[in-house]
Amino acid sequence: MKFQILRFDPDVDQKPYFKEYDIALEPSDRMLLDALIRIKSIDDTLALRRSCREGVCGSDAMNINGKNGLACITKVSELKEPVVLKPLPGLPIIRDLIVDMTQFFQQYHSITPYVINNDPAPEKERLQSPQDRLELDGLYECILCACCSTSCPSFWWNPDKFVGPAGLLAAYRFIADSRDQATNDRLDNLEDPYRLFRCHTIMNCVDVCPKGLNPSLAIGKIKEMMVKRAV
Amino acid sequence: MASVSSLPVRKFDAVVVGAGGSGLRAALQLSTAGLTVAVLSKVFPTRSHTVAAQGGVGASLGNMGEDNWHWHMYDTVKGSDWLGDQDAIEFMCKAAPEAVIELEHFGMPFDRNDNGTIYQRPFGGHSQNFGEKPVQRSCCAADRTGHAMLHTLYQRNVFANTQFFVEWMALDLIRDAAGDVVGVTALEMETGEAMIFHAKATLFATGGAGRIYASSTNAFINTGDGLGMAARAGIPLEDMEFWQFHPTGVAGAGVLITEGVRGEGGILLNKDGERFMERYAPTMKDLASRDVVSRAMATEIKDGRGAGPNKDYILLKLDHLGPDVINKRLPGIREIALKFGNVDCTKEPIPVVPTCHYQMGGIPTNYLAEVVIPQNGNPNTVVPGFYAAGEVGCASIHGANRLGTNSLTDLLVMGKSAGDSMIKFIRENNTHKPLPTDAGEISVARIAALDAKTGGESVHAVGDAMRQTMQAHCGVFRFPDMLEKGVTKIKQVAERAEHLEIKDKSKVFNTARIEALELQNLIEVAVSTMVSAEARKETRGAHDRADFHDRPGFVNGRDDDNWLKHTLWYKQGNRLDYKPVNLQPLTVPSFAPKARTY
Repeated sequence: MKFQILRFDPDVDQKPYFKEYDIALEPSDRMLLDALIRIKSIDDTLALRRSCREGVCGSDAMNINGKNGLACITKVSELKEPVVLKPLPGLPIIRDLIVDMTQFFQQYHSITPYVINNDPAPEKERLQSPQDRLELDGLYECILCACCSTSCPSFWWNPDKFVGPAGLLAAYRFIADSRDQATNDRLDNLEDPYRLFRCHTIMNCVDVCPKGLNPSLAIGKIKEMMVKRAV
Repeated sequence: MASVSSLPVRKFDAVVVGAGGSGLRAALQLSTAGLTVAVLSKVFPTRSHTVAAQGGVGASLGNMGEDNWHWHMYDTVKGSDWLGDQDAIEFMCKAAPEAVIELEHFGMPFDRNDNGTIYQRPFGGHSQNFGEKPVQRSCCAADRTGHAMLHTLYQRNVFANTQFFVEWMALDLIRDAAGDVVGVTALEMETGEAMIFHAKATLFATGGAGRIYASSTNAFINTGDGLGMAARAGIPLEDMEFWQFHPTGVAGAGVLITEGVRGEGGILLNKDGERFMERYAPTMKDLASRDVVSRAMATEIKDGRGAGPNKDYILLKLDHLGPDVINKRLPGIREIALKFGNVDCTKEPIPVVPTCHYQMGGIPTNYLAEVVIPQNGNPNTVVPGFYAAGEVGCASIHGANRLGTNSLTDLLVMGKSAGDSMIKFIRENNTHKPLPTDAGEISVARIAALDAKTGGESVHAVGDAMRQTMQAHCGVFRFPDMLEKGVTKIKQVAERAEHLEIKDKSKVFNTARIEALELQNLIEVAVSTMVSAEARKETRGAHDRADFHDRPGFVNGRDDDNWLKHTLWYKQGNRLDYKPVNLQPLTVPSFAPKARTY
């Protein structure tokens, strides 16, 4: 199987370049990550992140034939050759397929990503109805892989100012939690021409999310709450 | 600085190595107490392997029916095949409900009952009234409990301003002349630079090492780094022969399918469509403990009743639960079955096989998460400044076999216990003990050797040899001749691992170097496992010696007269030692060993 992988080691390379690989896969190499590990067993200089190999840790996000996805749950049989692999777009490359995710996590941290409830803690659990709990489905499952934010043109232009789809999905996850008491502060935190309103509903985020989540919908709900609050 | 080492030094009150569940729970305790804490992790915290836990966390909340910690304790002791230390088991089971409630207060998105309480599902080996019938004890967030838990714990650490060193790999433990632990060396992956973290208290929360086997549910990062570091520093490893083979890994892929599938009503079938667990465990059936179910599955396959063209897997049927239950309670499983098993589990069964999942053994500790070693006649002498919690620690709560859900319970309770113990220790010993003059030298030498080596062994080839050897010689069923050969073979592999060569010599994010350093840790785990397993002449829990199944006088193949004891393996001299099991709980009467049936 043929691959073209963007390579860059700042220790030796002036600029990134594509390296071609033509390798024989074993029948057990079913996912793209299996193929990459096969390549790495031949060329150990190829650098990539990976861990769980089942789509839940979010390590091996990359740009696969032009679209962001997780290598570990992308079947090689469904890929067009040569398979073109690049690091996630829009973030600085550290090396090969590894990007610097500092800005991505800064945006996640900027939305106060924890439940805020200032009532004294009860002895038992805080009660939450199944209906209220259902509000969190489609939100809490995010794995912070950054496929969405790094496919978003608004995030490419303003990664320091626009929270981005992953961060906004997380913001809504806490707004939607019946146990959280900080909705107003959370909306204040986002009421800004850049932080929230740079989302132009391009929907790339929805298209690429490997967990099938819909950040765009969550962003729409936050915008709706802003409008309601203003009236 | 006293160190002659060329490495830079940073000082913290506490260093936590590993940012999975137990590391994060401990860090939260330390940060909240106002101490300076450095949390080192090879990956961004939410990528730690706790994220992959699925089915739930065990705690006797009693939300679904009567339950109490004493029943949970009995189930855990019985599950451990009496190798668990009953003081630690009582400690965990008693503390579990509070640990779960705390997590809920931190914001964990648990599933809910109609009355708003946390939903709990049945799980293997968990029973009401000392084994009478299954109980619903597993608190869950669909089949993504570990993900929900790990993210919640990370979020809470963001709130507590915990300081993280992300993509730093700890290399070696630093002990002074008295044997006290004063910190670790670690490598920053992005720059390739090493540093000394000088600490008053050091916690290993480095997780498991399931990557010693070819077929494993474990993430690539589960390379036993804490075990390797401890072993090199002269700390023994406890009960390393006990590895849990989870009954339901996807055949061919190894990816985990939660026991929660069976908790929700899924069943195992052989090629004839027979629900064979009824023969092996008449009361608990498919919800017997994992060692029992895995052994039954392996027996079915061995006797020619496996399914598929090669009769080499078992079928996990859940379509009868209906799409509503599957989509609500097991959505992640549906996804995994589709992607890795090529089946729509709302219509067809999932092909599964027992797959390496969890190490019951680890660094010996007490229930306060203090590392303990034999010294001056006391088998449990505390090593000052050193703590271990979560999968890397061996308190021993799980003994010879862990119950499902108890790993998450363990990491919450023991992580918090470690944090509390460290706070107490730091307040009582509030100065940094000086670093030894050779601090960090071993790490510098290990890196230099890898950089300089030419014409050596490839990490991939040696790793493969290790994984194949462990799989073939130390699996679900263990035979004396296979184990003896296994010891010889794994020593040969370990010898090859002394001569690893990497082609990548870059300083920047050199993953080849990381993998080589990881393999050096895995090898210690593999050798300790094979040697400990060869020596234990009985069947107990996950350690199944076929030659002792029907030995007269042995209970279920167990030899309580001679083998009701913990193994201790020392790297130095590849030596074994043993210490007694603590059968004495903290407050309740002891559960005496007896026959184990489900």
